Amino acid sequence: MGEAAPDIEFAVDIRGAALSYGGAPLFDGLDIRLEAGLWTCLLGPSGVGKTSLLRLIAGLDGAAAGRVRTGPVAYMGQNDLLLPWASALDNAVLGARLRGERPDFQRARRLLSEVGLAASVGARPATLSGGERQRVALVRTLMEDRAVVLMDEPFGSLDAITRHAAQDLAARMLAGRTVLLVTHDPLEALRLGDRIYVLTGRPAALEALPAPDLAPPRDVRDPAVLVAQGDLLARLAA
Amino acid sequence: MKAALRMGIVTAGLLVVWQAIVSVTGAQPFILPGPPAVAAALAGHSGLLLSHAGTTLAEILLGLVLGAALGAFSALVIAHVRPARLWLLPVLVASQAVPVFAIAPVLVLWLGYGMASKVAMAVLIIFFPVTAAFYDGLSRTDPGWLDLARSMGASRWRQLVHLRIPAALPACASGLRVATAVAPIGAVVGEWVGASAGLGYLMLHANARMQVDLMFAALVVLAAMALILYFTVDRLLRLAVPWQADTLWQDQEKEPVQP
Repeated sequence: MGEAAPDIEFAVDIRGAALSYGGAPLFDGLDIRLEAGLWTCLLGPSGVGKTSLLRLIAGLDGAAAGRVRTGPVAYMGQNDLLLPWASALDNAVLGARLRGERPDFQRARRLLSEVGLAASVGARPATLSGGERQRVALVRTLMEDRAVVLMDEPFGSLDAITRHAAQDLAARMLAGRTVLLVTHDPLEALRLGDRIYVLTGRPAALEALPAPDLAPPRDVRDPAVLVAQGDLLARLAA
Repeated sequence: MKAALRMGIVTAGLLVVWQAIVSVTGAQPFILPGPPAVAAALAGHSGLLLSHAGTTLAEILLGLVLGAALGAFSALVIAHVRPARLWLLPVLVASQAVPVFAIAPVLVLWLGYGMASKVAMAVLIIFFPVTAAFYDGLSRTDPGWLDLARSMGASRWRQLVHLRIPAALPACASGLRVATAVAPIGAVVGEWVGASAGLGYLMLHANARMQVDLMFAALVVLAAMALILYFTVDRLLRLAVPWQADTLWQDQEKEPVQP
């Protein structure tokens, strides 16, 4: 169902990255590798540097030290970041507009109808629900057609049921791409992640956690997922 | 319809207060004429008033168009060109420290008694609120949008065209509203200092000849013109920036949520 993924050569490889925020070091000597074609989920307490790490990979902030190797990435922020004056279709083709390319409206329309927004192509964001807005943002991300997709709590503002549907949709549409998903929600990480990391401490260090031995998106009713969620919650709260 | 009714009631109320002051104080007609005297002057001098109003309106409109264009242009320059921000912004602020009343005589001296000096005066008054508001809007683009644009590989110029300018339009519209409200000041001050036509000139002239009723009639025409202009511009701006929802009174008009 999803778009044919572009040729995946790129994964992200970060070695010895150092980054400070407001003078205080967030992390130093941090290594992280994103395996091509897999979903990597990053959990951790607020302010630990998850977003900073993601911005570092996106090239939005530079590292103080270390080596960052990554291909072109698509970035999806904490809120949908839709332009209020533009229709869903115009928002979907924003990337092409911003690069001065000819927008591929046909592809944008196809993707919008694939996420169930065929009737809302001309609608302004204010007339769409939170879930619909997030789907437009997903289409905008897909239109970038990048091998690596970075998502910073993309479903954080959605209610539980809408979020569940959005997770399934994102898993389907982004299949085959290398995804880094920053999230607060242990269950989200356990549903979607092929690899799960927790970022804790200051300076922060990464810790790999086992992902349930099932193909994502995993069923939330699966006992293995539920047990893992309990373990993960206890660990994060400790 | 409701708004028109409210406006009518307010106007009638003000007229009653005005007439009451005239009746109670027994003011002479050459000090404060009552509404009927002013109405008579309006009717009696309608041709004269209309022709002078036309001159003033032309000055205001020209000043608005030129001032808004100049204001928008200077905001874009200081927002996009860094040296311009450092060098030009203080100059713009300083230009507003000089009261337009003080330089009006100089402008008349340089640009003559015709329309040019009044338009220049109006432009001087108008461009600054537009520049200030538009620049403010341009420099407050949602950082999330800019991050997104950078991750999409957008040049600064395309960020300006596709993100910063549309995002700043509501702020620019606020500046234009202020500019529209103050625009008549520039034109009328210019006419006071030296002119051969316009409502300001007519008022000064009537005042000197103790035709206070005519003066008030000119004032009424000026006020009506300014109001119509303001509401027209406000309406046009709302149509131009439809995504900017008016949220000020929405909460009060909705039913309160029951706990």
